[in-house]
Formats: sequence, structure tokens, C-alpha cells
Amino acid sequence: MPPSVAQRAPRRLGSPFTGLSAVFMKEFSDHLSSARMMVLMLFVIVFGALPVGLSLQELRNITESDPFLFLRIFTSAPQRIPFSFTASLTLVIPLLAIGLGFDSVNSEFNRRTLSRVLSQPIYRDALLLGKFLGGLATLAVALIALWLIVLGAGLLLLGLPPRSVEVARGIGFLVVAIAYGGVWLAIAMLFSVIFRSTATSALCALGVWLFFVILWPLIVPVLTLAMTPTDVAMGLGRLDETLAMIQLQSTLERLSPNTLFGEAVIGLLNPETRTLGPMIPSLMRGAILGAPLPLDQSLLLIWPQVTGLIAAMIVVFAAAYVIFQREEVRA
Amino acid sequence: MADTVISARGLLKLYGQQRAVDAIDLDVERGEIFGLLGPNGAGKTTTILMMLGLTEVSGGTVEVLGFNPVREPLEVKRRVGYLPDAVGFYDHLTARENLTYTARLLGIPRGESGRRIMEALDSVKLADVADKRVATFSRGMRQRLGIAEIVMKRAEVAILDEPTSGLDPHATFELLEMIRGLKRNGVAVLLSSHLLDRVQSVCDRVALFNNGRVALLGTVVQLANQVLGAGHPILIEAKGSDIAGTLRGIDGVQSVTAEGEGAWRVVAARDVRAEAAERIVAAGGSLTRLADLQPSLEEVYTRYFQEARHAA
Ligand SMILES: Nc1ncnc2c1ncn2[C@@H]1O[C@H](COP(=O)(O)OP(=O)(O)OP(=O)(O)O)[C@@H](O)[C@H]1O
Ligand SMILES: [Mg+2]
Repeated sequence: MPPSVAQRAPRRLGSPFTGLSAVFMKEFSDHLSSARMMVLMLFVIVFGALPVGLSLQELRNITESDPFLFLRIFTSAPQRIPFSFTASLTLVIPLLAIGLGFDSVNSEFNRRTLSRVLSQPIYRDALLLGKFLGGLATLAVALIALWLIVLGAGLLLLGLPPRSVEVARGIGFLVVAIAYGGVWLAIAMLFSVIFRSTATSALCALGVWLFFVILWPLIVPVLTLAMTPTDVAMGLGRLDETLAMIQLQSTLERLSPNTLFGEAVIGLLNPETRTLGPMIPSLMRGAILGAPLPLDQSLLLIWPQVTGLIAAMIVVFAAAYVIFQREEVRA
Repeated sequence: MADTVISARGLLKLYGQQRAVDAIDLDVERGEIFGLLGPNGAGKTTTILMMLGLTEVSGGTVEVLGFNPVREPLEVKRRVGYLPDAVGFYDHLTARENLTYTARLLGIPRGESGRRIMEALDSVKLADVADKRVATFSRGMRQRLGIAEIVMKRAEVAILDEPTSGLDPHATFELLEMIRGLKRNGVAVLLSSHLLDRVQSVCDRVALFNNGRVALLGTVVQLANQVLGAGHPILIEAKGSDIAGTLRGIDGVQSVTAEGEGAWRVVAARDVRAEAAERIVAAGGSLTRLADLQPSLEEVYTRYFQEARHAA
């Protein structure tokens, strides 16, 4: 009998976070000084500034008073390009995160730095977490910069300061955007752990992104129909059966981080929103047109979406962690 | 006990059914340079990775400086310097920045790390390129930077995996000089290599790996005695008639083999050089060369693997 198999995994001594801050600082400063970051930033600003610039021009001409005029900068879709700032970010944040994470672990393999770094007093835990947090901090810096640009542009062009509740909602939006970026960063890092080739891992991460952007919205209705009885699907069922079908559809939709992000953003930036997900006429009556919700009610409304994003981030990161622990260090 | 820095007992590594390292026993003493030799795939790198806790141990035990690398990898890695084969650095950073990162990982205080890094770079003659990006470094410079990292770390044990592979003779010579420098500073060195004559020139003891097992272990002379048999080999080049017969007539000579035109290799139980010279001259021959042959590791290696193949 081989003696190894029966051997229990021995407990490791020493903190798993030894060296975490060193890795974090290195990743953060590497990202910020890299040419790639400049390109990504340019990308983000172009995609963010275009809808903001256009919608600002339109918002300037609105004469009727709107208590949340400032928030409309984020959410209103200009007529010339039907694409709001937040819709643009739904697409661009994943690209930014993938750009930061797709080669974070496999490039260390390919540069043959991994075994040298791991021969220093540091666990793999700290290395992976440090890389993740470094990427997340970079992402946060990029988004905060963009957010401040939008805020500044709004101040200049609208000529009025945002109310404090608008700023608070804006900050909430920022936090949600960072969490959303974190999910995609974790996905990108997962592929960077699985594949040694950086091109393959970038392709896979982009593939997942495309899947959620294009295919998932098309697949969900098909899946929903397939999972409900035919008469209900044809609109002949009772109300509760129809409701169940709609519920199922929105649950499936929420498996996509893009949906979670979109819903959380609507809840935060459209204070009138009273319910998220499927809009059933009977529930919607008076919902959208009603008085805006106070901030705490809105936060309560989007809480499941935010926790969903954070949970997704943790689950994907944990998967990357488990795979990374088993990997051989030698190239 | 206090002087054994690395000790492996029955150390085993399985990759599926394959025994990459097959229950080896090994001891490395403080202050020595220990060489791991063996053909490709013999298990040298795997052994090294297990000593550092960088790959799982399938069985047996290994202790480094009294710590178990499986349970206490951080303690081991704090005290042991490792130069992987084909070492890599961050190309976009300078030599100094690369070492600064390592210093951070080691938790060396900022005030101290700058000085230690410069001292280390100085000791491997890289001080004048400290602020050049590593992308511009040659292979030899990268290896030396790896040694600098170990020096900066003030490691008690240095584990070097094929430190001289891919280096030109001069760079190899320089690197071996630096390895001797480590030893002079009291660092125990474990190195693996294919360059037998180089290994012979720096190693105090060697272990010959074959198929995951330690086939032979000891000083080069001990290995030579085991594999080539005891005896003093000497080389004689002479002109004259029946030199071989004359040599065979000397008391204590065990074998005389011709090594090309006018050259013979003699193995004797004792040093027969003086007597051999005398006899050849007395027999009317002229002696052109008489050399004491050190047992060469290359010969030991070649002979051992020839025999191993025959046995298989
Ligand atoms: N990740 C792995 N999975 C399966 N087998 C492996 C793995 N890594 C190494 N091996 C096997 O383990 C054996 C020992 O490999 P190792 O790299 O330790 O040899 P080595 O003595 O360092 O050789 P070299 O001189 O080529 O560096 C080889 O037969 C190799 O095929
Ligand atoms: Mg090897």
C-alpha cells in the first residue's frame, strides 16, 4: 500500500496573509504604471464620456424641474445614440476587469517568476489574494476617476451642484460598479489560473463576457418556456402560474452578473423604482410614477443584487484559489 | 545533529504510478557544497521542490534547518534561498526593484533593505547595472541576480537548480566562484547540475540520482573507488619498445590499457610513478609525459550508467 494516500493533510503553520501587502502594493503600482492601464483608461473614458456628453447637452435644455437631474446624467439615454452611461459601463467594466486580470497568474508562470516568488516566505493564498486586491484597487481608481470626471462635467455644464442625496446615490453606484468589476476580475483570474497561455485565458474570459452579453438574454426566454407547461407558456394558465413563469425567467436572468448590476443601478439611480425585475402591470401601477423612495428604501431594494454580486465574486475567486493550490509551480 | 541542515528520510514523490522520487535518504551538512547529479528526469528538481514545500510530499519525511517544509513552509522559506532552473525576473523592473520586491516579501525593514540590496548586488558584480531593467540582462547576469537575491536574504541554505546551465565557460567560472563565496560565508549549498567537471571542482560531496533513487553518495574519490575500483590511475606517454610489457612488470600494477598512440593508462595499488619512469628509461625508452590522473566524475558517471544499462 502506498503510504502517501492514507496520509492526512497536515496543518500549515504561519499566517496565510504573510506578504499580502507586498504583493498588493506591487500589483497596484505595476497596473497603474503599465501601458495597458493607459489604454484601458482611454477606452473607459471614451465609452463613458460619449453618452455623458450627449445626454448633458439634452439635459441642459430640460426646463421642468427634476429633483434628480444630476442622476439623469448617468441613466438617461441620449437620443442620438440610444446608450446611457450606465449601459455603456455594463459593457466596459467587464472589459476593463478582464484586461487587468486575464494574465495575472499565468504570466508569472511564463516569465518563470512564480517559483522564485513562492520560494519567499509567502503562501499561495496571499499571492492570489494580493493580485486580486491589487487589480480591484486599480479598477476602483479607474472608476473613481471616471466618476469624478462625470461629476465635474455635470457641475460645469448644468451649472448646479448635486444635492447630497444624489451624491450618496452616486457613491452607492460607484461601490456597486466596483463589485461588478470584481466579479469579472475574479472570472479573468480564474482563467489565468487554469490556462498557461495568456491568449487562451483572455479568449475564454471574453467568451464568457460575450455569452452573458449576447447569448444569455436570448437563452433565458427559451429556457423559461421549456421549463413551464405548454398552456401556461401560451398564456392560458392561471395568474399564479403565469407569475411563477415570470419569476423563473427573472431568476434565470439574475444568474448573469450583468443583470444584477443593471438592476442594482436602476434601483440606485432611479429613486422612483419600487420593484426590480419583471414588471407586472398590476404591480407596476403607480410604481414608476410614484414618489421617489428614500435612500435607505432603495438600498434595501437592491441589497439582494449587491450581495449576489459579492457572492459571485467570492465563489469564482474561491474556485481560482482551489485550482491554484493544486497547480505545480514548475514551468 | 546541529550540523545537518537538510535531512530526508524515505522521501517519496508519486506522479500517478510513476515514482519520480523513490524513497531517498539524504543529508546535507552545514558549510558544505552538495551536488545532485543525474540524467534528465532523474528526480533532482522534484526533490528540491519537496525540500522547499513547493510540491506535495507523497511519503517519507524531510527536514530543513529543523523545520518540516510541509507544515512550516514559511519558516523554511525564510531561511533558504532558492535559485530555480531558468530563473525569471520581472523584465519591466530594474535589478534593484526586483530585489526590493523580494525584500518586501521577506519583511526586511525599508531602512535596511536598500543597503542589503546594494551589498548583494555588489557581491555578484551587478552594482553598476542596479538601475537597468532586467529585460536587458544576459542569461549570466540573471543567474547572478538570483544569487544576489540569496545573498540579500542572508539564507542559511542555498538551493540552486542547474545554476550553470546555458552559461558560457567564463560565466560558469564566475558563477562557481560566487557559489564558493556563499560557502565561505557559512552557507550550505545544494546544487544540481549536468556539468560534471564543474560540479567536481566545487562540490564536497555528490549524490548520483538515477530513476528517482540515490544510486551513489559520497565524495568524488569515494564514488570513484566504488565505481572504478580502488587504485591510482596514472597516464604515461613514452616512446620505445614494449612499454606496456615493462609497465606490467612493475609490482602492484593492476592494469595497463592503451589510450591511443604511445599512451597508456595504468592503474596500480600504490603510487608507481617514480618506478615506472625509472623502468622505462632503463629499458631504453624515452618518457614524454607522466601524469597522476584524478578520478574524474565524468568517468564515474559514464561507467556507472553503462553498468546500470547493462544490468537492466
Ligand atoms: N507535473 C508532473 N506530472 C507528472 N510527472 C512529472 C511532473 N513533473 C515531473 N514529472 C516527472 O518526474 C520525473 C522527475 O522529474 P524532475 O524534473 O525532478 O527531473 P530532473 O532530475 O530535475 O531532470 P532535469 O535534469 O531534466 O531537470 C520525470 O520523469 C518527470 O517526467
Ligand atoms: Mg530539473
